[in-house]
Amino acid sequence: MNAPAPILADSPALISTRFTVPGMRCAGCIGKIERELPKVEGIIAARANFSAKRVAIQHDPALDETALTAALLAIGFEAQPVADNPLGVETQERKRLIRALGVAGFGMMNVMLLSVSIWSGADGPTRDLFHWLSALIAMPVIAYSGRPFFASAWMALSHRRTNMDVPISIGVILATALSLYETITGGGHAYFESAVMLLFFLLAGRVLDAVMRDRTRAGIGALLGRMGKSASVIGPDGTTRRVAAGELEPGMLVLVAAGEALAADGAVEDGASAIDNAMLTGESAPEPVAPGAIVHAGAINLSAPLRVRLTAVADDTAIAEIARLMDEAGQSRSHYVRIADRASRLYAPVVHSLAALAFVGWMIAGAGWHQSLTIAIAVLIITCPCAMGLAVPAAQVVASGALLRRGLLVKDGSALERLAECDIALLDKTGTLTLGTPRADIAALGAEARSVALGLAQASRHPLSQGLAAALLHEGVVPAVIDDLREVSGAGLSGRWNGVEVALERPDDAAQSLATRLRIGETAQTITFADPLRIDAAATLAALRAEGIEASILSGDRAAPVEAAARELGLAATAEVSPQAKLAALEALKAQGRRPLMVGDGLNDGPALAAAHASIAPGTASDASQQAADAVFIGEKLMPVALAVRVARATMRIVRQNFGFSIIYNVLAVPLALFGLVTPLIAAIAMSVSSLVVVANSLRLARAAR
Amino acid sequence: MTGLAFLIPIAIGMGLMGLAAFLWSLRDGQYEDMDGAATRILIDEEDEL
Repeated sequence: MNAPAPILADSPALISTRFTVPGMRCAGCIGKIERELPKVEGIIAARANFSAKRVAIQHDPALDETALTAALLAIGFEAQPVADNPLGVETQERKRLIRALGVAGFGMMNVMLLSVSIWSGADGPTRDLFHWLSALIAMPVIAYSGRPFFASAWMALSHRRTNMDVPISIGVILATALSLYETITGGGHAYFESAVMLLFFLLAGRVLDAVMRDRTRAGIGALLGRMGKSASVIGPDGTTRRVAAGELEPGMLVLVAAGEALAADGAVEDGASAIDNAMLTGESAPEPVAPGAIVHAGAINLSAPLRVRLTAVADDTAIAEIARLMDEAGQSRSHYVRIADRASRLYAPVVHSLAALAFVGWMIAGAGWHQSLTIAIAVLIITCPCAMGLAVPAAQVVASGALLRRGLLVKDGSALERLAECDIALLDKTGTLTLGTPRADIAALGAEARSVALGLAQASRHPLSQGLAAALLHEGVVPAVIDDLREVSGAGLSGRWNGVEVALERPDDAAQSLATRLRIGETAQTITFADPLRIDAAATLAALRAEGIEASILSGDRAAPVEAAARELGLAATAEVSPQAKLAALEALKAQGRRPLMVGDGLNDGPALAAAHASIAPGTASDASQQAADAVFIGEKLMPVALAVRVARATMRIVRQNFGFSIIYNVLAVPLALFGLVTPLIAAIAMSVSSLVVVANSLRLARAAR
Repeated sequence: MTGLAFLIPIAIGMGLMGLAAFLWSLRDGQYEDMDGAATRILIDEEDEL
């Protein structure tokens, strides 16, 4: 049986909180969340939205977000509370378009019903009656469904620009006006069905476009939200209270618990710990900090609580500085002109002068005002870019759907267009070419050692411990029971196992930063860690080269590991590059007329991602980088990057074919219109056939991503 | 011809009903979670009988 969705009753005593749950992957997950959560005391109902990977929980106000997150974690789902703006502007826009599409569909079917009887021979008073009925249905439908096009055309014209919507709006308005005139004067030809059908097909294209944007936004939104948004401020009397990041002030003393992200810049006053600064530097190795050390917002405190005296907050932090750079770098992208608008810049003047020419020509030839105007408008209707309006969105929606199934979320159609144009690639190292998380080499460990190591490692949040635990769990190791477990920051973990002293500790030789020593009683073994390249990194670079894109590494990391990776992959590399220098490198390439593709994950890549012609970030990247990038890929493979370029180029080929087809169709149809041979029937058939051909051609892209 | 006086209002009325049903379902959130609706059918109900 179909499981009914629980209904969320509105009750004043309850509040509703929304969480994003990226781990929701199957029907079982929905069932589990909706069945198990209400069993928790205080939770009344839970409702999962699978498409958006979100869960709305209705609960007692006594439960706070932390308790609800814990409840979700208890049934096996990691969750983040969603901030305000539950229904984004984009969703509103999509809804408005779908409503307009529904109205246009209703109008099209009813007007078509009346038109078919006119075409099959109704004349005299019946025809006049049907024309009047068509007008009564079509006028409000066009006024309502045409608004998105009229508004956009008006915007463009008032800025002295032209876009695809200008010829569409002119065509629709003139066709309606002519049909109304024909109806009032009892003439033979009314084009109401053509006008409504045109709007219906074009709205279908717009809806597809909006659905594509919303789908990927939801996917990316589900990955976001790991940054420090509040901090525990220690008052003069020693009590702590949570303060939102925006309300922090320099000079405040904050307590940063282990595992918490910093919300502002500051200096450590008390405590010794290690911090994960990957967000700022892209460096995966943790950095030890002691009193006096400078720490930045976005860093994650790994092992022990720290007391930090804040020095810079809100807009003055290092992160905010990078965000400003990103904003400025992203400006250039808004000047990019979409292919549909480029096409209409060429297309609209040709069509409009043809129509004017037809009018003047027939006037000179001696036809009356009425007949000349009818023919000129028939030219406009038959050339109205119906197939052109669908040519781009149909192809892009099919392509982005195919890419989505392969783990790549493309943000919008413009991103696909820019991806197709890239001719050089710059890649970050840590987290992009590599996985960004240290992987332990556990081949040398015996079964007993593995079990003890897992027992120790899984107790800590240190990235090396987590990397070790992940590697061991992957091998199916069962953890040993460790008593008396202690973690000393900067030194390691220790405990007792069957009465024997065991420990995971820092190796004596400090040069080897990515290593730990496992000690069981008197025997000690060193476990080394590596941040391995993604398994298909070389294959991806070869695939990019096959597309004519040469890649090089641009990393903020230390020179030695960057050079090692570069040698292994046979790439040119630049190391120890600051975010500003990355940005400068991209600007220099653009100044040479190149179109760089930037692939990176850290916040230090953010400005470069925003400035690049197109950019891709992995799903593990910082929030800001994912927002700056045009596409996000999920999973451990790098291949989606090469796939994105290949599919984007295939999409542009299909789009050009679609345009080509529309132009051939116009070349054939325009002479008919110019000689006054186009009746409403011919216009309607031509319009639907050309639209169907364009959609069918676009569907071929579904196979391109295989 | 008098048949038209009945048939056309009926045809348009049915069209309007369809449109109203569509707008209602849209407002009701039926299109909010298309993928979820497809997978929900696979959830077994655990009714204690």
